[in-house]
Amino acid sequence: MEYEAVIGMEVHVEINTKSKIFCGCSTEFNAPPNTNVCPVCLGFPGVLPVLNREMVNKSVAAGLALNCRISRWSKMDRKNYFYPDMAKNYQISQYDLPLCFKGHLDIEVDGEIRRIGITRAHMEEDTARNTHTIGGGQSGVDFNRSGVPLLEIVTEPDLRSAKEAYAYLVTLKQILQYLDVSDCNMEEGSLRAEANISVRPKGATAFGAKTEVKNVASFSGVQKAIEYEIARQIQVLEEGGKVLQETRGWDADRGITVTQRLKESAHDYRYFPEPDLVPIVVDEAWEHRIRDRLPELPMARKKRFMEQYGLSAYDAMVLTATRPLADYYEACVSAGAESKKAANWVMGDLQALLTDGKMEITQCRIAPAALAAMIRMIEEGAISGKIGKEVLADMFETGREPQAIVEEKGLAQISDEAAIEAIVAQVISDNPAQVEQYKAGKEKVMGFLVGQVMKASRGKANPELVNRILRDALKK
Amino acid sequence: MSKISTNDVEYVASLAQLELDAAAKERLVQEMGEILAYMDKLNELDTANVEPMMHAMEMTNVFREDVVESSISRETALQNAPVHDGQYFIVPRILEGDEA
Ligand SMILES: [Zn+2]
Repeated sequence: MEYEAVIGMEVHVEINTKSKIFCGCSTEFNAPPNTNVCPVCLGFPGVLPVLNREMVNKSVAAGLALNCRISRWSKMDRKNYFYPDMAKNYQISQYDLPLCFKGHLDIEVDGEIRRIGITRAHMEEDTARNTHTIGGGQSGVDFNRSGVPLLEIVTEPDLRSAKEAYAYLVTLKQILQYLDVSDCNMEEGSLRAEANISVRPKGATAFGAKTEVKNVASFSGVQKAIEYEIARQIQVLEEGGKVLQETRGWDADRGITVTQRLKESAHDYRYFPEPDLVPIVVDEAWEHRIRDRLPELPMARKKRFMEQYGLSAYDAMVLTATRPLADYYEACVSAGAESKKAANWVMGDLQALLTDGKMEITQCRIAPAALAAMIRMIEEGAISGKIGKEVLADMFETGREPQAIVEEKGLAQISDEAAIEAIVAQVISDNPAQVEQYKAGKEKVMGFLVGQVMKASRGKANPELVNRILRDALKK
Repeated sequence: MSKISTNDVEYVASLAQLELDAAAKERLVQEMGEILAYMDKLNELDTANVEPMMHAMEMTNVFREDVVESSISRETALQNAPVHDGQYFIVPRILEGDEA
């Protein structure tokens, strides 16, 4: 029988406010344990949480970018359960009236656009962190994370493959980073993804029993976990078994999912309105102010790069992958670099240097205008493209202007015909055998001779002139 | 006849992590039943033209600005903890997958 997978995603993203959601404690990531805490985020009785306005602004921005409707009236609720990472025994979240709802996100898979429904995006507080390294049958609890603002984004069960789930995560992360609402750093836990997975005979409308996969540390891990889970469920059904509704964890080392908790033991959260926090009213004027400030989003920017700069879909996609990279490229073009040449340098040599140095574009010492100046020097014939690579590496290392490097190292291109003719004459007299072969019709030897001339000029000879002069000289 | 059974009381008590003796259970069956009976009484009212009340507070939009304020010291934070190691609150070992 042929099966199809039905997948929904729940993603928690940490919103990058400076202070926590309900108190003024810092959200800084690497602080020593229990140093960014106060009576509110420690969950003391009788304290009064107050909602961070910026959390609402950033959550609405995320909602709008995900084509959601924004609740005119929403509220916070208490989700009640016991766990040592939550001192007050409830988490402040949103239940029946989430801030953002009924949206969608378009993703591209194998050149096709798929529209994924966004059920809701709601605000909540993060819990504390446990550390199991204490020993002696004990765990340590650090409340620095407690009260860090989270936005939980839930999709409709619209995804049909592990590949689509991966594309969804990548697209979502890209948008949230463009909006500057979250760092989306999985290692630091600022993005956590859970997948609800079921399979059914292809064409069926009813859903099969679903499993929830948690604790996945990377996007590719999510993809692998979903692939595994789909295959596992199909096998269970093929063997006449039943898929149990349960939570499964991804064991990256073994490449399998394992049972964590059966649904029967799931808690009844008894949500009720949080009496310590007043309702949130986002009127049209507020929504419009946020909408007006939204940056150009990745898909729109990619399309504009293709139209405005004449780039291929692939180049436009690579250059708009992150907002800082797209900004860098545009700054380079507006400083006078030809758009396609700028694209090649940024995606090629510059990206290679960044990758080698394990750096981001934001850490790059080459100013966009300096890269533009270097590209212009090549176009004007002041240096060769090959020398350009050498100059770029120096700029990357030192942050110096390309003109200064070319002058100091004497890298200016030799375009003086007499000087090149002298080198060519020398190369011809040094390589009589190759010259004979060329004259006997072995055209390929030309490359070798050009190489010898370039080598003799230490890469500085103008390659076009070298070609012409060498050809002329060999005709004699 | 109460609207609440002993099973219901035991379930709610388990969610709240309370241990009740037989007398307490019996009393709660009675009391919680009376509360639900009172709700039934309220349900007899015609509320067709009454706006639903979603929250006890009339006030809306009370916010704080996103400004970091100094927190209390770690020493102060830990001082009331039954067990701590100077850095962490210490609790009995939490088992993986035990999460709610
Ligand atoms: Zn705090």
